[in-house]
Formats: sequence, C-alpha cells, structure tokens
Amino acid sequence: MNTNSKVLNFVNKYTMIFALIAVVIFFSISTNGAILYPSNVSNLIAQNAYVFVLATGMLLCILTGGNIDLSVGSVVCFVGAVGATLMVSKNVHPVLAVIIMFVVGTLIGAWQAFWIAYVRIPPFIVTLSGMLIFRGLSNVVLDGLTVSIQDCTGFVRLFGGGANCYVPDFFHGKDINITCILATVLAIIIYCAIMINSRMKRLKKNYEVEAVTPWTVKIVLVCAAITAFGIRLAQYKGIPNVLLIVVGVIVIYSYITSNTTIGRHFYAVGGNEKATKLSGIDTNRVYFLAYTNMGLLSALAGMITIARMTSAQPTYGQNYEMDAIASCFIGGASAYGGIGTVPGVIIGALLMGVINLGMFSMGVDQNMQKVVKGLVLLAAVIFDVISKRGGKVIAKN
Amino acid sequence: MAKILLEMKSITKTFPAVKALDDVNLQVEEGEIHALVGENGAGKSTLMKVLSGIHPYGSYEGQVFFDGEECHFTNTKDSEKKGIVIIHQELALVPYMTIGENMFLGNEQGSSFKINWNETYGKGNEYLRIVGLHESSRTLVKDIGVGKQQLVEIAKALAKNARLLILDEPTSSLNESESKHLLDLLLKFKSEGMTSIIISHKLNEIAYVADKITVIRDGHTIETLTKGVDDCSEARIIKGMVGRDLSDRFPKRESHIGEICMEVKDWNVYHPLYTERKIVDNVSFNVRKGEVLGISGLMGAGRTELAMSIFGKSYGEAISGTIIKDGKVLHLNSVKEAIKNKIAYVTEDRKGNGLILSNPIKTNTTLSNLKGISFKGILDRDKEYKVAVDYKEKLHTKAPTVEQYVGNLSGGNQQKVLLAKWMFADPDILILDEPTRGIDVGAKYEIYCIINQLVAEGKSVILISSEMPELLGMCDRIYVMSEGKFVGELDGKEATQEKIMAMIINSDNSPKLVDDEPASEENKEEKKGEK
Repeated sequence: MNTNSKVLNFVNKYTMIFALIAVVIFFSISTNGAILYPSNVSNLIAQNAYVFVLATGMLLCILTGGNIDLSVGSVVCFVGAVGATLMVSKNVHPVLAVIIMFVVGTLIGAWQAFWIAYVRIPPFIVTLSGMLIFRGLSNVVLDGLTVSIQDCTGFVRLFGGGANCYVPDFFHGKDINITCILATVLAIIIYCAIMINSRMKRLKKNYEVEAVTPWTVKIVLVCAAITAFGIRLAQYKGIPNVLLIVVGVIVIYSYITSNTTIGRHFYAVGGNEKATKLSGIDTNRVYFLAYTNMGLLSALAGMITIARMTSAQPTYGQNYEMDAIASCFIGGASAYGGIGTVPGVIIGALLMGVINLGMFSMGVDQNMQKVVKGLVLLAAVIFDVISKRGGKVIAKN
Repeated sequence: MAKILLEMKSITKTFPAVKALDDVNLQVEEGEIHALVGENGAGKSTLMKVLSGIHPYGSYEGQVFFDGEECHFTNTKDSEKKGIVIIHQELALVPYMTIGENMFLGNEQGSSFKINWNETYGKGNEYLRIVGLHESSRTLVKDIGVGKQQLVEIAKALAKNARLLILDEPTSSLNESESKHLLDLLLKFKSEGMTSIIISHKLNEIAYVADKITVIRDGHTIETLTKGVDDCSEARIIKGMVGRDLSDRFPKRESHIGEICMEVKDWNVYHPLYTERKIVDNVSFNVRKGEVLGISGLMGAGRTELAMSIFGKSYGEAISGTIIKDGKVLHLNSVKEAIKNKIAYVTEDRKGNGLILSNPIKTNTTLSNLKGISFKGILDRDKEYKVAVDYKEKLHTKAPTVEQYVGNLSGGNQQKVLLAKWMFADPDILILDEPTRGIDVGAKYEIYCIINQLVAEGKSVILISSEMPELLGMCDRIYVMSEGKFVGELDGKEATQEKIMAMIINSDNSPKLVDDEPASEENKEEKKGEK
C-alpha cells in the first residue's frame, strides 16, 4: 500500500473523530471556552445519556439491513409512565418497579420483533404502528396527566436525576472529586492493560500486529481524552451515576458486537442475508433479537428519562428515535446494514450532543439548531456513501 | 442475395478477468431467422448485449452496422430507436401491472402528462391478436401463465416497431405446445419480412425455424451454417459447439474410490411459487468416498435446485425422498442440520448467495463454522485470524491480508474464499455448483487442484457444471440431467460431449418438432398420464 492510500484509509477510518475534534474546537472558540466548562461537560453526559443507550440498541437493528425502529420514543414514554404510576400510585418498591419496567420493555420489543422476524412485516410498518400504539397507551396509563416521582429519591438518583445524582466522593476532596480522579486513573490502567495484553498475545502467536507508532499514538490520545474528561468531571461534582450506566451499556454491547458469535450474526445478516442463511444461521432469530433488545434498552432509556425529569408525562420521548437513528448514521453505520460499531455510534451521538450544547451556548435559535442538525446528518451519510463508491459523486445509472 | 440488415465486425469484449468475445463476426440478412448456438458461457449473450447497447459503445472493440450505417449505441434506448429489440431469457414484466401497461412501459401512449389509456389498451389488444394471444390487454400479467407472458414480451417488442427481434432462450420455460406456437409465430413474422435472431440450446427447435446458424465457442465465431447448403443436422451442430482440445487443462489424479457415502432416493421437488411445477422429478443417485461425481445438464435443468433442496431444503416446496448417509437416514430440515451432518453446498452465485462482499476474508471464511472459532458463544478472534491465514495460504488466495474486503477480490479469489469457507466447515460431501463460472483459466486450474486434494483426503465432491469439458476432465462418473430428470449415467472415462448432448436432446421431454407428429402426440399422452 502506498503512503497516499494509507493516509486516505486512515482519514476514512477516523473521519468522525476528526469531525468531533473540529466541532469541539469550533465551539470552544465561538463560545469563549464555555462548552468546556466542567458543568457543561457533566451536562453533556446527563442530557444525552438516553441517546447513547438508544443509539446502541438502534445500531443492532440497523446492522440487520438498514432497518430502523420508529417506536423507540413512544416505548420510552410508555415504560416510564408504567414505572412512575407503579411507584407513585401503587406504592411498588422501586427495585420491583425497575424489574417490571425491564420486563414490559422487553415484551413490547418481543411483540414487534415477532411480526418483523417471523411474519416478515416490514420493520418500518410494525414500528410505526408501535409508535402510535404506545404513545396512545402512555396517555391512557397517565390519564393524560403528569406523575411526579420526586419522592422516589433512590430511583431518581440512581438513574441520574435530581440534584445529587453523582457517585459520592469517598475521600471528601475539597475542590476536586478524588474518587473521580481515581476512577479516571483506573480506567486508563484497564485500557492500557487490555491493549498491551492483546498485543503481547498476538506477538507471541506470531500474528500480524499494528505498527508500533500508530498503536502508541492511539493509546496516548485515548488516555489523554479520558484524562481531560475525568478532570473536568472531577472539577464539577464527580461522576454522574448515569455515566456508569452508559459506560456499562457501551462496554457490554461493544463486546457483544465484536466478540461473540451472535454479534457476528448481526453483521452477516446485514451484509448478505441469503449467504448467511445458506451458512446455517437462523436469520429470523437475528431479527427477533435485534428488536427485542431494542425494547429492553428503550426501557432503560425510559428509566433514565423519568429520573432526569423526576416525572412522567405523556409527551416524553418525542423524537428520541430520530436522535438515535441520526447518531447511528453519523457514527458510520451503513444505511444498507452490515456496517457500524458501537464506539462509532457513540461518537456520532457525542457529535450531535456537542453540536446541541454548543449552539445552545451560542444562543442559536431552536429552529436553526434543527436545520443544522439535519444538514449534519445528510452530510455524514453523503460522505459515507460517496467514499464507499470510491469518490464518485453521481451514481451509475 | 438479400440485403444485409445487421453486420457485427470483429467484436472484441474484455471483462477484467476474461476475454468474453474475441474477434466475433456476425452477418444477418433481412428477413431471415438467424440462430446463435454455443455452450453456456460461449459469449452469445455478451454479443447480444453489445448489439443492444447494454455494453455501451466504447466498452468493446469492433464495429456494428445496422441497415448500412455504423451504430454507436450507449444504451438500450438507442438500439430500440433503430428497431433492435431484445427479449431476455428472464421475463422483464411487472406482475402487478396490466398487459397493456407492461407493453407500453417506457413507451407510453399519449403525452408525458396525460397517458392515453384508450389508445394503450386498444393498441395493446391489436398486438395481442397479432401474437395470437386471446386475452384482454387489461388483464394483470400475474394472472396469465409463463407461456402467455412470453407472448406478451413479443407483443411488447412489436409495439416498439421492432425490425430485428432478438430472442434469448425464448422457449426455456415453455411447454411443448407453447414452444411450437411461439416458433410458428416467428415463421409467420418471417413471411411478413421480420428479421430475428434466436439463441437456443434446443437444437431441434433451431433446425425447425432457422435459416442460418452461427456457432460461437469460447468467444470466437466458429462457423455459419446455411440451411439447404450445409449439413444442419444436430450432430453437425454439436460438433461445432464442442470441438476443442482438452489437453492438460485438468490436473491428473489417481482415483481411490471407496464405498457409497451418500445415497439419494426418489427425490422430488416442486417450485416454491408455482407449486404445481415439478422442478426435480424422481431423481435417485449415489456418491462414493473419494469420488468426483459430475452432474451435467443445461441451464434450467434443475441441477442447482436439486442440490439446494438436498442442502437442508433451502429450495423448493413439497420435497419428498430419502437421503441416506453412512447407512443412516437423514432428515435435513435446515441448513444447520445439513452442515452438522457434514454436507456442504457451494453456491453458483457467489456474490448473491455465497459471500458477504462488505466483510473481510477472515469473517467470510469462518461464517459457516463459527463454532469452530468460539467457545460458548465467545469468539476467539486470534484463532479466526489464524484459520483465515491458513486457508489463504493453502488455497493460494491472492490478497494482501485476510483483512481485505472480499468485494475487492477478483472472481477467482472470491471463489477460493468461498471454497475455504466450506472447507472450514469440514464436510464429507461438498456440492460444488459451477465452481469455475466467470473465472480465468489459471484460477480454474487451481480450483481443480483443490478438488483433487479434497477427494484425496477421502471426501466426496459433487460437481455441477455447464462446461462439459470440465466434467469430462474432472469426474469419475457423470449423471446427465434434463428437465428435472436424470436421463443417463456415464462412466467418466467413457463419456464424451457428444454422448452427453445426445442424452439431453433425446430425453423424452424435449419437443420433437421436426420428427413425425405421432411420436409427439404420444409424448403428450404420456405427460398427461403422469399428471
């Protein structure tokens, strides 16, 4: 491979990271550094937690062939409504309520997944119907009213709502949260250990490994990013509880998609369903799992949403599906399926989050924010399609 | 001598891997029926694609003259403007539109902003009468049979003011009486001055209608036979189609054939959509350990369907029959079970059904045997890498690394990845469906070497191929399949192309148009009896 194509390859692979860095630099200049304030960094996580969770689930659906789930926002609202009603009106213990919410979300997912996977109704139709059904049912459950869950402090704090939703500082640092610093150090150690270990293993077995320089650069950059992020959080109130949940979801699903057979099945079905079927893989089951899982993660997002708002309302969750879908496509998932990674999608979601936050800090009009976000989405997918076509702009007829 | 309507001069068309046409010449006189014959892959369809502009001017070398002037077609619209209309083997009709709508698709009557439906259906009915189809042009295409649909295609061509009609295998999906009707229609058109080119494998039909026969073989024009001047018997045509040397194109192998490994008995398969159509008709065969078993037949004979139905019922409806492997009766209801019982099917359509082009070599290699590289559902990615590298080296796949996307490989190397994928599944019986289609001679030789290696390891290979020399060069035993039936079995050493062709042509199912009528009547009676 010559240098030129190497550079091109590199740029292609990390485009969205460059875009993210560029956007962060742009907004830190135009807001005089405001978006990098500790409180803003912390808010970025809290505000976008639901997007990270939903985008991860949406990725699995999109991997199966560019299929999307439109019902996500309504399911988030419905599960939240059920949970809030149980905890407030029926005095159900929060732990039991959480379990029930997960079960309800998964069942809703399974209901839609059945029609999609086994009866082969197009996902667009099934989830559009789900979008209507569960929006309607949310209204029925809540009777059209707002249910406040301010008194369920345990639940609210755990899922990142209210004033005190941070991991407590066990060392009582004065200006800085020491637990957070320690966690940052720990994260860096774990990351480096995993990277070094896998490299050693490969070297030992004489497998091909990345060249030393880019490998080291990559590790240094990632560690720098973690450090900067950790310090910002420590300067504010520490680690938001919801960050733990988000990190948990990211780690689990990154692992599933890249290291398990079932994860491989998702990519295979999206890449070529017929070939996958003829390789002895149950493709119906893959669709079923994708949409059932989407229900499960919608339930989690529902909990995060009502905790953050400390209430449940029949209007919650509107357009959440669009945030999730946009994050996936911006993060490099293919609109035809078979391509996309969890870290990529998270970067997509972060990019959207930073643009939101930046424009908000700049005082850009709400409506113009939507215009910009729409253009970013289109640009990202155009870029993806054209670069895959080898740079040709107009498709062959 | 009549005026020459079409002349194609020294046409050469090269695809990335192969030279499909090499200095091909074709002359068609006005008002004649010109037949184009040759084996599958000889280049007939490519030639017609050059003529109709599907391969645009500039992508081939040579000249095309139509009606005395040189033509530079860049798409089918250009050629249709001149009156060259091609009817493809696969029907190109929209099932949920009416006959009339289909007939004028892209050629709508009236203005762009107001379709004149009266004219559409009025003219439609006229053209239907010309082709002898008694249907209203308002009937939906899905409601008429395949035979009638073929007639609609012809009517559609006439509606485009065709001067030269090209029919690619027009009778391949028709029954006897439908075929006869269609061929008579061509003769009628001829008497009215229409020129046609017909591509067909059914030599009896060609003998029935054609005035001239051009034989194409391996991308070259071999000869043009004129009815009444040259000998146009079937044997003579076959000789032209297949005559070529076979020396050293196949690696030598010492056969060590063991006991029977798998037996298939009374196998019947019906079409998944048209459930009354029998695709595989009472087929029985066996394959031995260490044997290369060939299945010969023309396109559409049901070979792929037979293989796929055995491979975990991945094709067809109402499948019946028994599979016995190593003395045990197997009930294979899914591909998974077939793989578990060590049967593998390597598809003919490697891009559509075989590989995931957007994935790297390594994930394609392991897809059918993820268990082999995982423990309790957790992948061992290092092991996967090693497996992929091993197979890449073993099969000499040319690619920089196993991280390379399969879509970027050449056809031959893609085929090797596909073979690697199924070899890693560790089957006893490998069914290879057209394993050398569309790949160059060198890669073919390597594939043959792999086949020899497999049988040397005691595995059995079932080789489905349309290239007869390949079957003759590789197989220990050959079954001949025609129209869903096994019509003969030949020892590999005794088999010749003429024998195989004769078996296909003499099989009871093909129409006997030139022979005496009573025999044909008898056949019909038999067919009815079967139903």
